[in-house]
Amino acid sequence: MKVLVTVKEVGEAADDFEIDGLDIAAEYLEYDLNEWDEYAVEAAVQLVEAGHADEVVSVTIGPERTEETIRMALAKGVDRAVRVWDDAIAGAGLLDVEAKARLLEAVVAEEEPDLVLTGVQANDDGFGATGVALAERVGYEWAAVVNDLELDGEVAKVHRELEGGVEEHAEVDLPAVLTIQTGINEPRYASLRGIRSAQSKEIAPKGLGELGLDAGAVESPLTMTGMYEPETESDATIFEGSAEEAGAELAAVLREKGVGAE
Amino acid sequence: MTVLAVADHRRGQLRDVSYELVTAGRELADDLGGDLHVACVSGDVDGFADDLSLDGVDTIHTVDHGEEFNHDVYLQVVEVLDAELDPTVVLMPNSVNGLDYAPAVASALDRPLVTDAVELAFEDGLVATREMYASKVETTIETDAERVAVTIRGGEWPPAEDHGDPAVEPFDLAVDESRVRSRVTGFEEVAGGDVDIGDADVLVSVGRGIEEEENIELVAELADAMGATLSASRPIVDNGWLPKNRQVGQSGKVVTPDVYIAVGISGAVQHVAGMKGSDTIVAINTDPNAPIFDIADYGIVGDLFDVVPALIEEFE
Repeated sequence: MKVLVTVKEVGEAADDFEIDGLDIAAEYLEYDLNEWDEYAVEAAVQLVEAGHADEVVSVTIGPERTEETIRMALAKGVDRAVRVWDDAIAGAGLLDVEAKARLLEAVVAEEEPDLVLTGVQANDDGFGATGVALAERVGYEWAAVVNDLELDGEVAKVHRELEGGVEEHAEVDLPAVLTIQTGINEPRYASLRGIRSAQSKEIAPKGLGELGLDAGAVESPLTMTGMYEPETESDATIFEGSAEEAGAELAAVLREKGVGAE
Repeated sequence: MTVLAVADHRRGQLRDVSYELVTAGRELADDLGGDLHVACVSGDVDGFADDLSLDGVDTIHTVDHGEEFNHDVYLQVVEVLDAELDPTVVLMPNSVNGLDYAPAVASALDRPLVTDAVELAFEDGLVATREMYASKVETTIETDAERVAVTIRGGEWPPAEDHGDPAVEPFDLAVDESRVRSRVTGFEEVAGGDVDIGDADVLVSVGRGIEEEENIELVAELADAMGATLSASRPIVDNGWLPKNRQVGQSGKVVTPDVYIAVGISGAVQHVAGMKGSDTIVAINTDPNAPIFDIADYGIVGDLFDVVPALIEEFE
């Protein structure tokens, strides 16, 4: 069985930042592997260790810079990676859910995985939709927000984390796309040996032409027209001064409310 | 020009977002000068139709098929309703189940999808506001597409309340069972255990800012000194540092204590959904722009590793 894991490098904004046009200025962003994808990678690697899967391939959509981040997935046990990018994608503006799903669809057609794992969402744009859109495009079954996974022949037995501390148990026929929720496992740290071996693993770059697509694949009917910091709505009373001074003031307020009363 | 909103329910109950979908849908329908249609799919559809017979709703379509949500069924139903009604906007909830079918609906219907919208308007086309970078920024997304699909964030629109008199039209759909390749086999309550954080008058809640598992002890000491109960935000539970029954938030427990003290919690929307009903909210965080301060009554902008020991000393 082959597992394809979609992974994404995401920017995380510093506490203080500035907006430059329609994005956070680059100097205020730190890049990292998307948190949800880390859990998806771990789930895939565990399927190999359990004898269910023979190969794990990662796919990312991103410029050459992202290879450094993608190597973290390789260092954790992913066998090889595909990186989708070219000038047309770079110039396409907002890559919406459907555009991303079209690119990934072409990779699925090439790799023919039995199972695709994606993070539930990406921490930057937070659309939370690419996995299920991909499933519909490639005709795979799917389950969103999965926090437990067991394979049983041609069926994936999953738990879906619903709201309010309730889980749904469901069965999904393979091939399938599962969007993985944090907490499903404990993502491993990359070992030194893993980091060294990741250097020699393949990250195959693919442009639109190599995927059998043209620039129309990344055209989006959505346009981002504004980005701004939300106006702070805080009317909190903030206690200033040293930790001791602020703590004493807060403690006084809390005692008035009965906190700490015997 | 119509809007089609798809109601959300679970285990026999409409979820709150269904009433919010009516409000958001009516606003869009007014912008479009058109009608609002609501779909109730599976479960007690007649009961749901009664509950959703609200002012502003023109027609309710009921599809009686199975007890619970199944995304393969929802996809087929929305496809058929789309062919029948040709709505300008298909409006769905950004709930866990919404995320399980809305992207497939948008893809199958070849509609651009905007998820997790917090504001919507229809001018020359749809204008949606949504957040990015863990709620640090808001963005506006516009489209001139003639047909769009949108999911809305729960809690952003007031729930529709006033009774109305929409037409209720049972919709007899022959579901193609060969396209139903997933099965719900049951539900499980996972937040049980020895402590019910929902009963506590005072909660001290610890978040990602605590950095290491061993540091949880510091916040536990504070809870102890205050006579409070220890709770946590999602990352702490994901890391296995505290059990699931301590988790506050959308997927954990919704709590309404007298006092809620958020230590090292930034205030992600999923967390806030679980604690915003607390009488008094206190935030301790290094980031003055953290969203938790937007809903806090009292705050200290500072390092929890300095502030918490000072507070422990005050209460011991």
